[in-house]
Amino acid sequence: MNLEIVKPEIEANIPGCHLEMVTNPSPSAQHSLLLDAEHAFAVALYLRDAPNLRFDFCSNVTGIDWPGKVVAQKVKVRKLVDGVEQEVEETHTTTIPGSLEVVYHLYSVEKKHGPIILRMRTQDREAGVHLPSLTPIWRSAELQEREIFDLFGVIFDGHPDLRRLLMWDEFQDHPMRRDYVDPDDYEYEPTAHDEVLQRAQQHFSQANPVQPSEEEGR
Amino acid sequence: MSTATHSAASFELEQATEPGMDQLLEIAMGPQHPSTHGVFRMNVLLDGERVVRLKPVFGYLHRNHEKIAENETYLGSMPYTDRLDYMCPLTNNWAYALAVEKLAGITVPERAEYLRVITGELTRLQNHACLIGFLMQDMGASGTPLMYAFRQREIILDLFEALTGARMMCNYMRFGGCRVDLPAGWLDQAKKVVAEFPLFLDEYERLLVSNEILMDRTQDVGVLSAELAISAGISGPMARASGVDYDIRKVDRYSIYDRFNFRVPLGSHGDVYDRFMIRVLEMRESVSILQQAMRDIPEGPIVDPKTKIRGFRPKPGEAYGRIEAPKGELGFYLVSDGSPNPYRYRVRPPSLINLTILEDLCLGRNVADVVVILGSIDIVMGEVDR
Amino acid sequence: MDETIKNELSKQGIFTTSLQELYNWGRTSSIWPLNFGLACCAIEMIATTMARYDLARFGAEVFRPSPRQADLMIVAGTVTKKMAPQVVRLYNQMPEPKYVISMGACAISGGPFKQGYNVLKGIDRYIPVDIYIPGCPPRPEALIEAFMELQKKIDAQPLTGSERPRHLNADEPSEFIVPRSGNHDLQPTHNKSIWNPPLVQISQTGTDEPGNS
Repeated sequence: MNLEIVKPEIEANIPGCHLEMVTNPSPSAQHSLLLDAEHAFAVALYLRDAPNLRFDFCSNVTGIDWPGKVVAQKVKVRKLVDGVEQEVEETHTTTIPGSLEVVYHLYSVEKKHGPIILRMRTQDREAGVHLPSLTPIWRSAELQEREIFDLFGVIFDGHPDLRRLLMWDEFQDHPMRRDYVDPDDYEYEPTAHDEVLQRAQQHFSQANPVQPSEEEGR
Repeated sequence: MSTATHSAASFELEQATEPGMDQLLEIAMGPQHPSTHGVFRMNVLLDGERVVRLKPVFGYLHRNHEKIAENETYLGSMPYTDRLDYMCPLTNNWAYALAVEKLAGITVPERAEYLRVITGELTRLQNHACLIGFLMQDMGASGTPLMYAFRQREIILDLFEALTGARMMCNYMRFGGCRVDLPAGWLDQAKKVVAEFPLFLDEYERLLVSNEILMDRTQDVGVLSAELAISAGISGPMARASGVDYDIRKVDRYSIYDRFNFRVPLGSHGDVYDRFMIRVLEMRESVSILQQAMRDIPEGPIVDPKTKIRGFRPKPGEAYGRIEAPKGELGFYLVSDGSPNPYRYRVRPPSLINLTILEDLCLGRNVADVVVILGSIDIVMGEVDR
Repeated sequence: MDETIKNELSKQGIFTTSLQELYNWGRTSSIWPLNFGLACCAIEMIATTMARYDLARFGAEVFRPSPRQADLMIVAGTVTKKMAPQVVRLYNQMPEPKYVISMGACAISGGPFKQGYNVLKGIDRYIPVDIYIPGCPPRPEALIEAFMELQKKIDAQPLTGSERPRHLNADEPSEFIVPRSGNHDLQPTHNKSIWNPPLVQISQTGTDEPGNS
């Protein structure tokens, strides 16, 4: 699907939308469109209903976690040191905020073309995790958006029934995030290494082989 | 961490003030139930025998395949794909190999493509046969059709074991081809199996297709319209039974499917009987593809000689690759950041998405119909929950 | 009982046995499993009951859907933490004498999915297991072998004494605590009366010799 043609068409028909083309450097050449949260619903509706596009089949909805990065840069600045102006090297850290991304793959059953790939990103990974739900447009997003809510924590506004899908309801974490730490459930390995070894060293020792008291989860 | 903002009360009956709501019976079908295909739970609200509401509960087999894949190399995830849709391991392997080949730009030699088609269509044969067996078992024909189906499945599993070394978890595809070449005599044995398969199909059809009980229990049950099917992302035989003319083998023309002459059966009613008949007809088309493929398979290498196996690091980027698996559209979405492990590994599960409309199909029907409708959707929990 | 006397008597048409042999013979020859397949191993279990491998000739004639009517629970497939309370509840509902076969690597110790946050690393953390079958999935012949091992195990159980089975011993529990789904994990993570994690050989320096902490 040639995004060079579709992008101006959408921009002409949905005034005010901010579309950004995200190029895909891999040989698959599946480029995608980054949508802004306010106009995403209108853009998606246009893609479904426009007579030349007719993307009526939402094939896949994926969540991706991009944790924030702290980038350290060494910069030379002129500063007063002991009364003498000198050039001093300082380390400036900039925090690139993380976000959660949702990717939609759309195909057209009527026109038999596709895929067109849409992306939406949240503002951050703590409180600003709201995105518009595209379930009213494509019913197939219903269970997949529920799964992204369960495993990543993205809250879809307008979803008819947003609850956890795969984990149990009392569960409180979002396990597919990159910073999720597994609960310690006494995993046993004969040749323990890395994390399992660290946990085993906390629990057991050769000198004191008494089982520790049970911990309350985490 | 944000907590779940929506509680999971299955029916919020406290807000039900309609008269007669206290006459309703809420039952949980599953997770251990003789008819649910695996650990699947449905919270059903019944008015007598009629279904008023149905909420499926997933996650009883959530094995964290996607999280584990972020710690494995690309090739290390190949055995895990076997365990997704565990009735059809070879097509899962194929979908994953296709996605990685799209990501890294790897080509596949001719012989390997033919091998993939042959093993893929054999998988489709045994999957459809077993599905019909399970559907009949759910309807009460306790055991006999399933025995016939498993007899054929065992014959095909013998072929897989001779080729790949394992009955079920074959782990056969590699990025750029297949793992091993055919042993001596395998092709003749496979030709014999494929030549005898239509006899089994004739027997099955003669026994089942005009069976009164089957027709009574499946015709006009669970009718799915084409518009709802497309909107809900239904793919595979279930969509084609509703009249949606979409077969990824014909649309994407992946691998070498454009060389084979085969038809795509379509249903017109979208009920359980159509889904059953579609699978019978698809088995016949698969036999035809197999005969063509086994006639034309060339000699040659089975893996691209330029493929890098050690230190496989695809360039940063992403790719979505999909195939027409026996259950529907099976797709893999991979995001690479240049390291040996994928950054994000996502499986597009046909069984889960085909279950989106389970409640719509079952509303107003009897409990017994729920069992039959669920059987016709063809789900495997390994794929639904991953 | 002396074998020669037995043979002599049986030639006369008098068959002798002991109460224990008779009791155990009845129990081993008709073990009815519970219809309980979780994942891929369930398909191999079904294949074992089908025409080629036929488990029914060993006595597993019918797979009962209700735990109240079953003797044996073949835990076939990965037990997830979401499913674990249901498995233990089902086990508690089975009447004595009851046995558990842990089929496949996942039911033994978590299997290939051991790293998963939702995977229970072995069903023997909550219920006592009699036979373990390694494999992923184990072949139908392996399941038949395990079934025969279970039959041998039942045959060897005496009626009296300290070795007698659980159902003849009023002190032994036959129901076990059902874990609760907590906020991050199951609570408790394992049943201490049944399973205790083995000690890990921790070497401080990373060499093979065990060190002191």
